[in-house]
Amino acid sequence: MGTELERLTPAPPEGDLLDSPRFPQAAKTELANHQQRTNLRHATTTIRNKRARVVGELSNWQDLRDAGEAIKTRVGRHLDEYLLQFEENFTKAGGHVHWARDAEEANRIVVALVKDTGQEEIVKVKSMVTQEIDMNEALEAEGIAAWETDLAELIVQLGHDRPSHIVVPALHRNRSEVREIFLKEMGRYGTPPPDDLDDQPKNLAGAARVHLREKFMRAKTSTSGANFAIAETGSLVVVESEGNGRMCLTLPDTLISVVGIEKILPTFDDLEVFLQLLPRSSTGERMNPYTSVWTGTTDGDGPKNVHVVLVDNGRTNVLADPEGRAALRCIRCSACLNICPVYERVGGHAYGSVYPGPIGAILNPQLRGTDSEIDRSLPFASSLCGACNEVCPVKIPISDLLVHERHKVVEAKKKDPPHIPHTAEPQIMAAAAWVMDDHRHLELAGKGSELGSRVLGGLLGWKKIGPLPPPLSRWTDARDVPMLPEQTFRDWWKQNRETKK
Amino acid sequence: MTITAPSAATARPGAGMKVALFATCANDVMFPQTPIATVKLLERLGCRVEFPMEQTCCGQIFANTGYFDEAVGSVKTFLRAFERYEYIVGPSGSCVGAVRHQHEMLARRAAGDRVGDRVAAVASRTYDVSEFLVDVLGVTDVGAYFPHRVTYHPSCHSVRIAKVGDKPYQLLKAVRGLDLIELPNAEQCCGMGGTFSLKNPDVSTAMAGDKARNVASTGAEYLCAGDNLCLLNISGVLNRTKAGVKPIHLVEILAHSEGDN
Repeated sequence: MGTELERLTPAPPEGDLLDSPRFPQAAKTELANHQQRTNLRHATTTIRNKRARVVGELSNWQDLRDAGEAIKTRVGRHLDEYLLQFEENFTKAGGHVHWARDAEEANRIVVALVKDTGQEEIVKVKSMVTQEIDMNEALEAEGIAAWETDLAELIVQLGHDRPSHIVVPALHRNRSEVREIFLKEMGRYGTPPPDDLDDQPKNLAGAARVHLREKFMRAKTSTSGANFAIAETGSLVVVESEGNGRMCLTLPDTLISVVGIEKILPTFDDLEVFLQLLPRSSTGERMNPYTSVWTGTTDGDGPKNVHVVLVDNGRTNVLADPEGRAALRCIRCSACLNICPVYERVGGHAYGSVYPGPIGAILNPQLRGTDSEIDRSLPFASSLCGACNEVCPVKIPISDLLVHERHKVVEAKKKDPPHIPHTAEPQIMAAAAWVMDDHRHLELAGKGSELGSRVLGGLLGWKKIGPLPPPLSRWTDARDVPMLPEQTFRDWWKQNRETKK
Repeated sequence: MTITAPSAATARPGAGMKVALFATCANDVMFPQTPIATVKLLERLGCRVEFPMEQTCCGQIFANTGYFDEAVGSVKTFLRAFERYEYIVGPSGSCVGAVRHQHEMLARRAAGDRVGDRVAAVASRTYDVSEFLVDVLGVTDVGAYFPHRVTYHPSCHSVRIAKVGDKPYQLLKAVRGLDLIELPNAEQCCGMGGTFSLKNPDVSTAMAGDKARNVASTGAEYLCAGDNLCLLNISGVLNRTKAGVKPIHLVEILAHSEGDN
């Protein structure tokens, strides 16, 4: 293995995440992938039906959501105190705490810690924040191979792909695609699959199991994220389905956990709420198969060196916005992705971020700012249907936050005209606002369009409006539009009710 | 200002009740048959309907696109037109939802708490037609007759912003002759979403196409909803597929009685 390869691990696709085209263009490309659309519809439908079933079993679901919201809101209000309390207790238990302002600093810390161990490879528990900071690539650049051990993350990594979903990163792939990826790539990076591998889920999982086993047994260092960090006890918590996480958390000598600062829970008792909310919302399970909780080190049991890197990377900016900060309550369950009609059709890649779907559309512009085209387009990547609000276990008012972020984008556009790429939208909106400010203006505009519609209809014998010029062509390219009626309601009222006075 | 003459029967549930009609801008200009049906239905139930001429738009097209300052004029106009009424009724879950969900925020931002309080009070007296009939008048059988196969699309803003619940179904089920056919994936968005359909035309079209296929699969003669813009979106696609399903607003079915065409 390895000699013919320029890299230690499979290379991700070309281009930085932030180079993604803005959402509407990226979405168009993804929509054209019919296999992916079929896979996405099948997967999201299955998960959301499961979620609805197990949520429906609980009579106190709304109380649990209220409790989840309240705890997370309290965390936001006193984040500084809880973080210091966590640091004190984590250190007391034998762990080491590191603070990172941004991705670069976090990666620098992790690379240094791994180098201290003298290891040239690590195994990883699936983690969103390490994706967010692009840790694998930072390690690769320093000659350290980072192996994903979550089955779906393994599929993504071996497939030179990016995750398409928060909980089920390979949701956009079906099993015959997985088989092809395994046959083509697995042997280049470790134990190959059997030559007669078919696409039965059992056999695919078996091949992954053998491939990963070799890496688990060899690994001396691992990294993880955390679903929760408990201030009261200095404990970290990882919730997972496959048990690969537990292998990484217990077998190696050194464990480095990279954790976003918003993951804090005040007390151990608070876990009770989230261990009910999270599995039901994310995988539609009453309880996830593995919950690992660790507090520092114990002689003769588990890793001897335990580190946590607490990462800000834009989170304090989110906290500074009184309305936007509700997004920090997110526990990365993906219920909003699975219910979202936009996500269901385009998948995660179009969002140009590790956080896709409705939560990504509000979180990314807050974490990264709106300097890039993709981040300016994300708040508009929603029809505001509101389905996400109803499934969010911590009651983030996602559609309100989408509108809030849209307002920020519009204000920036107005203040900084170079940001307006050849669009007359602000002027159109101002003109429309003038029409709606006074009913006499509306009546005037109504007369104009009615006249235009009638003249066109009369001249051309149209019963419906034909193709309209841009930007309205975006509508009429796919839909027929009926002609405007000959009489507005206002005029009907004047004729039929006012005259009867 | 005009007041419609109340008809004879005083036993009717709306007898003596004065109702201001919030026609909404899109209905006024593009779908006048819907507010006309609303007037006729409310009058049939005994209400005295008034139409304040100053009214224009709920302003959600501005607010939802991020143009908060531009929405303020619409909020003020709404306040001027409707503040003097106890009941304000509109044939659109979306516009009614916007009045109740957004006006207060926009008013407090632009004009402070005193105006914000007044706006909130008017918003709390604003109803979608289905809510007004079931919750205020206490009727589900409005005496309608519509002998056709109908499927109902619960528009997102009716369900999730105005939260009209199952009231439209209660009303439809009480219509004589009507055969209500369940719509597969009923609660999934049709892809209209105001400026979403222009800003993300490809995704919007994909959503509208799926919705249209589901509608066609029911074999219904009519597609019914409480919001005309959703109907415009879905039927715009259905029309291209020659599916022959006609769009109709909920109120137009409810206003239809025996002897009507």
